[in-house]
Amino acid sequence: MFSRILTVAGQEIRIGIRNRWILLAAMILAVFSLALALLGSAPAGTLGVDRLTITIASLASLSVYLVPLIALLLAFDAICGEIERGTLLMTLSCPISRVEFLIGKAVGHTLVLAFALVVGYGLTAGLLVAAGFGSLSGLADFARLIATSILLGVCFLATGYVLSSLTRQSRTAAAASVAVWLMLVVLYDLALLGALVANPSGVFASDVFPYAILLNPADAFRLFNLAALGASDLVGGMAGVADTLPFDPLLALGSLAAFAGLAMAGSALLIKRIAP
Amino acid sequence: MTETSLSAPTLRVDGVCKTFSGHKAVDDVSFSLNAGERVAMLGHNGAGKTTLFKIVLGFLKRDHGDVAVMGAAPGSHDARVGTAYLPESVAFPASLTGKEVLTFYARLKGESPARALPLLERVGLAEAAKRRVGTYSKGMRQRLGLAQALVGRPRLILLDEPTTGLDPISRQTVYELIGEIAGQGTTVLLSSHALTELEARTDRILILSKGRLVADDVLSRLRAQAGLPIRLKVWTRPEDLAHVSESLGGGQMNGRSVEFNCNADDKVKALSAISALGNLVEDVDVHAPSLDDVYRYFSSTAGKEA
Repeated sequence: MFSRILTVAGQEIRIGIRNRWILLAAMILAVFSLALALLGSAPAGTLGVDRLTITIASLASLSVYLVPLIALLLAFDAICGEIERGTLLMTLSCPISRVEFLIGKAVGHTLVLAFALVVGYGLTAGLLVAAGFGSLSGLADFARLIATSILLGVCFLATGYVLSSLTRQSRTAAAASVAVWLMLVVLYDLALLGALVANPSGVFASDVFPYAILLNPADAFRLFNLAALGASDLVGGMAGVADTLPFDPLLALGSLAAFAGLAMAGSALLIKRIAP
Repeated sequence: MTETSLSAPTLRVDGVCKTFSGHKAVDDVSFSLNAGERVAMLGHNGAGKTTLFKIVLGFLKRDHGDVAVMGAAPGSHDARVGTAYLPESVAFPASLTGKEVLTFYARLKGESPARALPLLERVGLAEAAKRRVGTYSKGMRQRLGLAQALVGRPRLILLDEPTTGLDPISRQTVYELIGEIAGQGTTVLLSSHALTELEARTDRILILSKGRLVADDVLSRLRAQAGLPIRLKVWTRPEDLAHVSESLGGGQMNGRSVEFNCNADDKVKALSAISALGNLVEDVDVHAPSLDDVYRYFSSTAGKEA
């Protein structure tokens, strides 16, 4: 069982290396995080806060946009693309179960994403530490950012698999992925913000809003990281809610893990029903 | 291995039906295949060949009937261990090499890659093994797919149109391989459109028409069953045309030749009648019914009955 999962995972990693997907994702993350580290933290230089911490706070916001996008791009083709190319028929006629196949894909894609994050963000962290801006505790924050980014990535990988097993054409799955990204990462926040501005002191603000943030993995990720940094006062914006939350920010981490688990279970159920 | 499992058919299909939204894709099909048989399944596009393959592989659920793959349920682990499948069109990951693709499938089938890799040589891809699949020609990709199907010595191989789009030499290689593996006791079921090339290369022929199995026999017996006439064409000089036609018992005249049909039993008699005409005859064409004709006969009779 494990050898079959590792075989599928290994093939995904190999393909990721061959078509330079890993390289591209790592470069995008490195370029954006370096830009944020070098330019974005300049105004905070006089605040006396560890510059690495400031950078991590901005990187958390960057991850919210980039990691779901990269994960969805990796995952949308995983099942319907293989149906289109005829390889799913061939692979599933081998003695491998569909769930093993799916887990293999997930492991492979997660490792691709993890590599890109470690290299991309690691480059920035290394540069900052080498330049004397960082401390050891800052590095621990960095490790947490990368680990939770991977978890966020798994949430959206699994979402991608769900979309990929619901559609029979990879073009449709690609369009659906873009729509989901836009909805969960951009529009969800805007809608919440709009509702909050319209009625800042009502039931919505106190009882619905915090849990609405918890439900969306992108928001839960940002909430957890900013709360863990204690940097909400520095970064402001939506992060300010962390202080007034009716629950422990750790719950946000639990929500991320639950979302990833549920979405993986959902895609496992869906792939069992596919007639390739 | 017990005595019964040796003599039991490799694949038994019994009264299988499958309906897609009111359209009968497979209608009460029964047959069984024994070890080492090479069987060709013929049928027009949409006759139900691929649907039947997918039912045997367990990808589609049948509405009625029973399927046993080496005694196991289709799609079960035991059935899949002994079965290999090559779909009609496969696009392997273009950025991987042939060797990597074969290694991948060998691992999935629990075979050591070291034992599977010599297959690349057997399908004539030894030199291209380290090149990316994206650079392969259609024939090379098909041969890679065939190598994949041979990994781990399966007892049943299902090939969905394995020679479509191949040049004559690649086709020959494919049939040589099929003959070789059938000689080792593997049952090969292949579907095809290219009928004439199957004549000498299969043991048995199944003909599907509109989801129904209309023929299941060796080719020579199907030919006799169809009772198709042999067509004779006698070339002569225009001025002798009427005379030749008359002495051969009539027939269609087209300028310089007379054409007529005769039964397989009367062939020798007709030929001696022609040779009796002596130098009136310039040339003779004998056209025996090909597999194409036999196939057309069976699928059109089925069409009339339906």
